[in-house]
Amino acid sequence: MSRFRRFLRTPEAVAGAIILAALIAMALSASLLFPGDPQAIAGPALLPPFQDWSLPLGTDRLGRDVLAELFHGARTSLAVGLAAAAAALAVGSVVGTLAGFAGGFIDEVLMRITDAFQTVPSFLLALAFVSVVGPSLGIVVIAIALGTWTGPARVARAEVLSIRERDYVASARAIGMHPLAIAFREVLPNALPPVLAMSSVIVAAAILTEAALSFLGLGDPNRVTWGGMIAEGRTVLRTAPFLSIVPGIALVLTVLGVYLAGEGIVETTAVRRGLQ
Amino acid sequence: MTRALILLRRRLIGSIFVLLIVVIGTFLLLEAAPGDAVDAYIVSTGGDAGMIELLRHRWGLDQSELTRLANYLWALLHLDLGQSVTFSRPIRDVILERLPNTLLLMVSATALSFGLGSALGIYAGARPGSVRDRILSIGSLALYAIPGFWLGLVLIVVFAVDLRWLPIGGIEALASDKTGLDRAADIAIHLVLPVAALGFIYLALYLRMMRAGMAEVWRQDFVLAARAKGLSRRRIVLAHVARNALLPLVTMLGLQSAQMLGGSVVIESVFSVPGLGRLAQEAVAARDTPLLLGIILVSAVLVVVINLLVDIAYAFLDPRVGAGEANA
Repeated sequence: MSRFRRFLRTPEAVAGAIILAALIAMALSASLLFPGDPQAIAGPALLPPFQDWSLPLGTDRLGRDVLAELFHGARTSLAVGLAAAAAALAVGSVVGTLAGFAGGFIDEVLMRITDAFQTVPSFLLALAFVSVVGPSLGIVVIAIALGTWTGPARVARAEVLSIRERDYVASARAIGMHPLAIAFREVLPNALPPVLAMSSVIVAAAILTEAALSFLGLGDPNRVTWGGMIAEGRTVLRTAPFLSIVPGIALVLTVLGVYLAGEGIVETTAVRRGLQ
Repeated sequence: MTRALILLRRRLIGSIFVLLIVVIGTFLLLEAAPGDAVDAYIVSTGGDAGMIELLRHRWGLDQSELTRLANYLWALLHLDLGQSVTFSRPIRDVILERLPNTLLLMVSATALSFGLGSALGIYAGARPGSVRDRILSIGSLALYAIPGFWLGLVLIVVFAVDLRWLPIGGIEALASDKTGLDRAADIAIHLVLPVAALGFIYLALYLRMMRAGMAEVWRQDFVLAARAKGLSRRRIVLAHVARNALLPLVTMLGLQSAQMLGGSVVIESVFSVPGLGRLAQEAVAARDTPLLLGIILVSAVLVVVINLLVDIAYAFLDPRVGAGEANA
C-alpha cells in the first residue's frame, strides 16, 4: 500500500490534512480575495458577525474587515511558523552533528551552550531579542528560532553518536575524506529522520510563540497577525468578545491541524520503516 | 546518600558554566541594544554633553568591552544587577518584589497540570485503545493547541464578565486592608483564572507523556508476571504500570519550568498579575533593557535551581539514577 493511502486511513491525519489545506488556501488566496490593505477601513466600526454579507465576520474597533484580516493573518502565521521551524531545524541539526561527530572539547562547549539556551525561558529570550533589535518579520523568525533549535540539536547529536561508529563512516575515513565532509555528507543526512519527526511540534510551537509575541505588541507592525487581532479585540472584550475569540479559534485550528497531520506522517513513515 | 551528593556536585559545576554562558549572552544583547544606560538616564532626566561624559566615566561605560564584562560579572557576584531607569531603584529590589507572585502562580499551575495531567493520563493509559483513551488523547491534543493568553481571555469573558464569579485580574483586591487568612483567600480567588489558563496548557503534556509511558510499561515482562500472579487490574495499573511511568514525568517537571516561566509572561499580562512576567513586559514597553536582562538572568538561575531540586528528588525516587550518573 502506498504511503499516501496509509496516511489517509487514520481519521486524525485526514482531519489535520484538511485543516492545513484550507489554511494554505486561505494564505495563498488572501491577496486575490481581499486585494488592497487589510488594515484599511472597510465599514462601520464594531459591526457584529453575520449582519452584513459583504462583511461576513463583521468589523473591528476601527472598522476593518475581520475576514480579510483573518485571511492575511493566516499568511503571517504560516510564513513565520514554517520559516522559524526551518531555521531551528537547520541550526539544530548542524550544531548537533558537529557536537556528536567532533566529540571531546567541541562537544562539551556546544552542549553547554545548548544547555544555556534551554535554561533561559525561550519566550523571554524571544521577547528580549525582538525588543533590542526591533520588530520585523525576519527578526521575529530569528527570535523564535533562538529558543527552539536546542531540541533538534540534542536529537541530532544522539543520532550522530550512534551513526559515527558504523562501517561506512570508517570506510569514508579510510579513503581520506575530510572529517567535515564525512560529517555533513555522510552522517547528517542519515541522522535527519528523527530530527524531521519533530518538525510538526516545532512548527506548532513557532506559530504559538509568534501569536504570543504579536499579542504583546512585538510583531511586525506592518502585517496583520492573529495575535495582534486578539490584542486589538481585548480592548473591547466586554462589548465585542468575538473580535478576540474568532482569531483565537483560527489559531487553535491551525496548531491542531499541524499536530494531527504531523502525527499522521510520523506514524505512516514509522510503519514503513518497520519501527512499530 | 553519597551518590546523591556526587550527582549534586556534578550538576552544580555544570550549572555554573551554563549560567556563565547565559551572563555573557545577556551582556552581548545589552551591548547590541541601541543606546546605553546613560542615554536612557538622560532621556528621562535631561542633561548636556558634559553631563553625559561625566556619567559615562562614573558608570565605567567608557572602558573597553572586556573590562565592562568583567565589571558586569563582578557586580553580579555581589548580586548587583544595576539600576533600573524606569523605576529609579536597584533592579534586584524590583525583581525580588515581583518574584513571589510569579512563584505562586508557577507552583500552583504546575501542581494543577502535573496532578490532573498525570491522573487523567493514568485513567487513559489504564485501558489503551479504549473509547475514553481516544477521547482524552484527542482532547489533550486540542488543549495543547490552545494559546494560553487566548484561553485566559476566554476564561475572563465567561467567568469574570458574563458570570461575574471571579475577579477580572490583579493579585488581590485594591486598597483592601485584609490580613492573614482573609488576604490569602482573596489572593487565591484572584489566582483561579490565571492558574487555570497557565496550568491547562501544560496539563496536556503530562497527560500525553503519562499515557505514552504507560503504553511502554504495559509491554514489559514484569507486568505479565504481575498478571500471572493474579493481581487485580487496579493494582497492576497503579502499583506497577503507573508507578514506573511516573518517573520520566518528574524529569519533565524540571525541563518544563523554563517554558512555564515564559508562559507566565503572557498570562500575567492578560490578568494584570504584578509578577516577573508582567515586569518583563513593562521593561519592553519602557525600553529598559538592563531590567529585561536582569529578569532573564534571575529566570535562568530559577530554572537551574528547580532542575537541581528535580535531580535530587529523582535520585531519591529512583536508586538506579545516582549509581549510573556517578560512574559516568
